[in-house]
Amino acid sequence: MKNLFLIAYLDVKESLRSKWFYVYALIFGGLMALFFVTGVSDSVVMGFTGLSRMLLIFIQVTIIILPIFILITTVKSISGDRESNVLEYMLSFPVSLKDYYWGKMLGRFSTVFLPVFLALLMGVVFGLFSGGEMPWKMVFLYSALLFSLSFVFLGLAFFLSTIVKSTDVALGSSFVVWIAMLAFIDIALMGLMLQNRLSDEVIITIAMLNPIEVFRIGAISLFDPELTVIGPVAYYLLDTLGAKLLMVYALVYPILVGALFAYFGYIAFRKKDLL
Amino acid sequence: MLVVAKNVSKKFMGSYVLDKVNITINSGDRIAMMGPNGAGKTTLVRAILGFYHIDSGEISVKGFDPVKKRVEVLKHISFIPQLPPPVKLSLEELLVYVERSSGVSRKKIFEESARMDLDLKSHISKPFFKLSGGMKQKLLIAIALSKKSELLIFDEPTANLDPKGREKFYELLTEIDPACSTLFITHRLDEIEGLVNRKIYMDLGSVTEDEKI
Repeated sequence: MKNLFLIAYLDVKESLRSKWFYVYALIFGGLMALFFVTGVSDSVVMGFTGLSRMLLIFIQVTIIILPIFILITTVKSISGDRESNVLEYMLSFPVSLKDYYWGKMLGRFSTVFLPVFLALLMGVVFGLFSGGEMPWKMVFLYSALLFSLSFVFLGLAFFLSTIVKSTDVALGSSFVVWIAMLAFIDIALMGLMLQNRLSDEVIITIAMLNPIEVFRIGAISLFDPELTVIGPVAYYLLDTLGAKLLMVYALVYPILVGALFAYFGYIAFRKKDLL
Repeated sequence: MLVVAKNVSKKFMGSYVLDKVNITINSGDRIAMMGPNGAGKTTLVRAILGFYHIDSGEISVKGFDPVKKRVEVLKHISFIPQLPPPVKLSLEELLVYVERSSGVSRKKIFEESARMDLDLKSHISKPFFKLSGGMKQKLLIAIALSKKSELLIFDEPTANLDPKGREKFYELLTEIDPACSTLFITHRLDEIEGLVNRKIYMDLGSVTEDEKI
């Protein structure tokens, strides 16, 4: 356990020196600042204004950027170290594979989650200064949703990172995962519904299995409890599950999927050749 | 016996890289392991270090299976790779990793580095990969020697060192505890001839020659 925290600490230190981390932090922090500078928060679109409007745009951006950023920066974590022989040297010391793998994951989770979370806090602080009313419950739930979304993609990235041997394949597969999930958010699902090629049940199941869609529905349900702005699948889910259960599902499901993939990754790391 | 490998076989993409290899390493053995590229030398070393799951046979280091009991096994082994890996940690962080994972004293690493003419203090905050090839190799050697292991494994350790660095390195090796075993993977027996007492030759995944010098 002592080595797990050591690996996590060293991974954080290493990430803090990497360019990707600064680009990542700058994108989220910069976006939040940009929303305020450009007065986005003062505009009114479909009834949303103030901090709600700003958070809503932040969600749209998060849905697109966060998964791919986590995937491409993390998927190289173990596969890159394996390819460059860093893994060979670091694992020639008496460190258990359990401590190494979970330590890396803990370290990487801190570096991918904190910038997004801090950007959100920055938005909250800006919102407070501009005199808006603070929707604390919304901020808390949105932070929890961000946590879940980060976790599921981190788990997926670690899984891919351990099962593939080259960084190129790891990057390629992470793009495939990202594109596939993006394609199956509400808009593509509506297309499928209109074409009547798949039954409604299958479409609803696809929606409920897709962590990006689950995050989207969960996050937007905070602003629009009727979910009128995001389409029929989300509306059906809200109608069937109810607001509370939908939120619990949106928080718990991605964490479970992330944990499952991370665990499969760990099993592969232990059972397959390390190099 | 420190290391026992019995009938060890390992296949990659359907071809045998190790084919029923049998070797034992005893305390005090100073081995030069030679053979052409692809003979299986590095694969055998990696199997001893627990990086590979062998297809058949068994390996034990001090009675422990290197895959199942890697922590126990790696406490007793120091390893220097052929090419220093591009570790992104700073020297300070790398030393923290070595100190805490292996219980090596930082003072000892500084002392060994100084004996290799490497001034660690002035580079301590630099990332490891930004050091010159020779400096990296010297630090890896200093770390390996500080660890006080029972088996030192060197994969072409002097490939990046200048003649003076090589001389220093060989000088340090003469001071190693006689009970400690060393395993050099090398193509240049003449350079380490005075430091070894056993020669193993591998070809096509098998040990073809194993003799005392």
